[in-house]
Amino acid sequence: MALDFEKPLEEIESRIAELRRLNEKSDADFDTEIAALEKKLRSTSKRVYSRIGSWETVQIARHAERPLLRDYIAGLCSEFLELHGDRCFGDDQGIIGGFATLRQHRVMIIGHQKGKTVEEKIKANFGMASPDGYRKAMRLMNLAAKYKLPIVSFIDTPGAYPGLEAEARGQAEAIARNLTEMSKLPVPVIVVVTGEGGSGGAIGIGVGNVVLMLSNAVYSVISPEGCAAILWRDKEKAPEAAAALKITAEDLTKLGIVDEIIPEPTGGAHRNAEGTIETVGDTIVKHLRRLKRMSARRLIDQRYDKYSKIGRFKKK
Amino acid sequence: MAWFRKSGRKRVETADSDLWTICPSCSAHIYKQEWEDGLKVCPKCNYHARIGCTERRDLIIDKGTWREYAAHVTTSDPLDFSDAKGPYKEKAAAAKAKTGLKESVLTGDGKIGGIPVSMAIMDFRFLGGSLSGGCGEKITLTAEHAGRHRWPFIIFSASGGARMHEGIVSLMQMAKTCAAIARLNDLGVPFISVLTDPTTGGVSASYAMMGDINIAEPRALIGFAGRRVIEQTIKQKLPDDFQTAEYLLEHGFVDHIVSRKDMKEFLHRVLQYGKRR
Ligand SMILES: [Zn+2]
Repeated sequence: MALDFEKPLEEIESRIAELRRLNEKSDADFDTEIAALEKKLRSTSKRVYSRIGSWETVQIARHAERPLLRDYIAGLCSEFLELHGDRCFGDDQGIIGGFATLRQHRVMIIGHQKGKTVEEKIKANFGMASPDGYRKAMRLMNLAAKYKLPIVSFIDTPGAYPGLEAEARGQAEAIARNLTEMSKLPVPVIVVVTGEGGSGGAIGIGVGNVVLMLSNAVYSVISPEGCAAILWRDKEKAPEAAAALKITAEDLTKLGIVDEIIPEPTGGAHRNAEGTIETVGDTIVKHLRRLKRMSARRLIDQRYDKYSKIGRFKKK
Repeated sequence: MAWFRKSGRKRVETADSDLWTICPSCSAHIYKQEWEDGLKVCPKCNYHARIGCTERRDLIIDKGTWREYAAHVTTSDPLDFSDAKGPYKEKAAAAKAKTGLKESVLTGDGKIGGIPVSMAIMDFRFLGGSLSGGCGEKITLTAEHAGRHRWPFIIFSASGGARMHEGIVSLMQMAKTCAAIARLNDLGVPFISVLTDPTTGGVSASYAMMGDINIAEPRALIGFAGRRVIEQTIKQKLPDDFQTAEYLLEHGFVDHIVSRKDMKEFLHRVLQYGKRR
């Protein structure tokens, strides 16, 4: 499943694979041809990826084979003890969470779940959480505070679910309460934007001491399509909107919102999921070690300062 | 979180505009003097029309007690944003010229029936009352100011949500303002939220829902996602009263619906219970 701009790469890759197969089967020697194609692949991929803009990054962030929360948990945690329910209404699957042992560190993991198979996607509502999901997440974060466990929050959502039931049960209130209560958590909160950071649905579990972001993840106040439909009156202008909105990890670092970019392999996390997951683990652990040494008071103050600095007015 | 999505209500058309006003909600023709005397509340359908922040202030704050706070804060352009219609800077300048305001919220302190309070009043005329870096900064600074003085803090919301032109910076204001509210909670300082037409998107999903007490004006539009987005998503028609103040009251998200003419007295009654003891 190659993205449009990846097609030239896919062609070369399939030829290399074909020659390798022939190499094994027959006496013929295709080593020179393979080496030439590999060289071409490197230069083409350099050319393709040096030209990718914000809109192509959006495609990578939404890639069907991009690692999802369950992959990170499976790759990084020796144990994941999932916990269920918001104690009010239900057990939303758009956000999941539980106790986890992440590389020897006992933590609380919460995050958006998108699902891989069609069935999983429907169950998880494509990662669009309802108020029940945000309330479950807050319940687990408060439990983490009680047990003095650091919190690791994985962000990957198109946005909070826009539905009748979601409104009736207080989507706005659920997100607002999380923002308010997360600001006072006495434990380290590490936020990792792994894919799509979709507006209020993302920040609703995204108030952290540190915000990490994968190099091809995006984080935005509105989807490029939504913004294009409104400000350009044309959904087709999504690429323009994506660029104007400044939604890449690099943009957000410059704006002082993201603290560290986690590099992905050329082409995106899906091209080497295992390696990406390891790098994410290394980066989380590095910050865990640092934040675990801070007192509750200091953690709360540092978090407050981080957000109060964003949009601080400076006289010109 | 589109701040300018119209709520489906018609603009006031002005035939004989000197003498008549047409209700934006029910289109009834109302004699202008009656409209003004009634604080821009429709005598036919009780729709509480949008009013400016200074008008609102004058209805609530004791005469001669208002002092503006954080007045130096104005718009910035963190993304260097342009869209099909041109640069955001120009759009912001036009909004300033049109309204005489520097941001979408007026902040300050004053007295309500002799009780000192801090207050933030959003103004829909300024880019749809959108939550921007400047707006979030003013609300946060004023909440901190209220905290230092232990004055109750009141926010009148009127907003379509986050200001897209400031992108992620405007989204982050949701977290920033809520953190400031959390500090007031720690200090035991009352925070009262008044939701007026409209309070949607990122504003509904941050401070506007976090009042110790949430009050709404009659028939105000209040909700997270836009009506059209929801209809497209669930492919069914929504009830007529969906996302109205009355719907929110019924579902447990506001404490009271209070008419404009009774708002000051109501706030005063509430403030008696939040007095420092
Ligand atoms: Zn009317």
